[in-house]
Amino acid sequence: MNWDWTVIGQNLPKLMDGALLTLELVFFSGLIGVLLALPLALLRVSQTPWVRVFPYAYIFFFRGTPLLIQIFLVYYGASQFEWIKESALWPILREPYWCAVITFGLHTAAYIAELLRGAIQSIPRGEIEAAKVVGMNYPLMLRRIILPRAFGIMMPSYGNEVILMLKGSALASTITLLDLTGMARTIIARTYTPMEIFLSAGVIYLIISALIIGLFRLLERYFNRHQHWPSEKPKNLDPQLIDKS
Amino acid sequence: MDLQGFGHLLISGAWVTLQLALCSLAVGLIFGLLGATAKVSSSKLLRTMGNSYTLFVRGMPELLLVLTIFFGSSAVLMAVASQFGYDEYIELSPFVAGVIALSIAFGAYATEVFRSALQEIPKGQKEAAVALGMSKTKTFRRVTLPQVWRIALPGLGNLFLVLLKDTALVSVIGLNELMRQTAVAVGYTKEPFTFYLAAACVYLLLTSISMAGLHYLERFANRGYQGARS
Repeated sequence: MNWDWTVIGQNLPKLMDGALLTLELVFFSGLIGVLLALPLALLRVSQTPWVRVFPYAYIFFFRGTPLLIQIFLVYYGASQFEWIKESALWPILREPYWCAVITFGLHTAAYIAELLRGAIQSIPRGEIEAAKVVGMNYPLMLRRIILPRAFGIMMPSYGNEVILMLKGSALASTITLLDLTGMARTIIARTYTPMEIFLSAGVIYLIISALIIGLFRLLERYFNRHQHWPSEKPKNLDPQLIDKS
Repeated sequence: MDLQGFGHLLISGAWVTLQLALCSLAVGLIFGLLGATAKVSSSKLLRTMGNSYTLFVRGMPELLLVLTIFFGSSAVLMAVASQFGYDEYIELSPFVAGVIALSIAFGAYATEVFRSALQEIPKGQKEAAVALGMSKTKTFRRVTLPQVWRIALPGLGNLFLVLLKDTALVSVIGLNELMRQTAVAVGYTKEPFTFYLAAACVYLLLTSISMAGLHYLERFANRGYQGARS
């Protein structure tokens, strides 16, 4: 086998187009995922058992089945029902693009909800009690204390989840979308150079994940800035108030 | 749920899925152990190899890996075979390609799990083994491995659940496992939702059983520690 560099050079612009679609899918599904995960996680930490049942079942289903089956359920499964075909949703569910975004969003929401639940439960009790003591009601406490803290705690593991979603987005190629993997497959169908093109696609995925890791380092700093700032310890402060960490 | 007589197809598919997962687990554990040994070794070359293995494989989608192994391997194998004067078409069977791809992916994550487990074993135990005159392989087999096993089990369990779900990807290269058999049934009955939901239930069943099995294994591995924990 001789390694063909020119075929990589010729098809690089196409691969970049694919990479753009991949990024788009990851971004929108991440957005949907976070928005859905918020209520799921809040229901999941509820004190009443029957409220926890729905998020528990949702998370169990989406974490226990392959993403491939979920995407087929939405893309092929929706067409089984006449009432969906006649409803206003059909123009959306007919498009592979929106099917992919919806499925990835639902899928990643289950994982994010579980991360968020862990983060909410690991917020020190004292902080919540302090918020109650100063008279905050639940929505205010959620907005000012619980969620900012939870996001800070879960940020590193959320970065991992985004990378897993980036890898999962390759499945969009199974429902005819030309994302990075799909584009690589169409190029190979024409040129028959599987090693060259698949490995270059792999390197592009690697670069994207490196960028995502960098982005999440920044986000982590932003959400946990109270731990870095001020960088110098204030003088003349009551020693009991100085945070030892 | 009416499966219209396609139930046996799903069961045969589930059986292939299970075989695929268990084979990949066995090979993947070997890859993981080798990778971890390379990563903690004193040779710089081995460390670099271990690091680039985990970096590349963990940054690459599993689907892409499956496709690369299946389509790429025949190009490589044919190039090698033509050196020996054999010019026929060669192709790995989807099952073999699937096992290779999934175990490479599993091995990369298992490498990290094993590495952190290896580092958790106190150095004194190794020194004690040396003092008793045990050889390196014997130390590994008698002292290190049984303990690594216990520490790594929760992490490996999660990886196995991921592996079980990743087996669905091998349907893309035409192995008759659960996902593809379901697609066949869908082709006949035109009822995609019913059948993919049924397949999803089979996967849920498989993951639930594995979770129960893992729980049992963890209890077994920790039997020496029961009650000793504070």
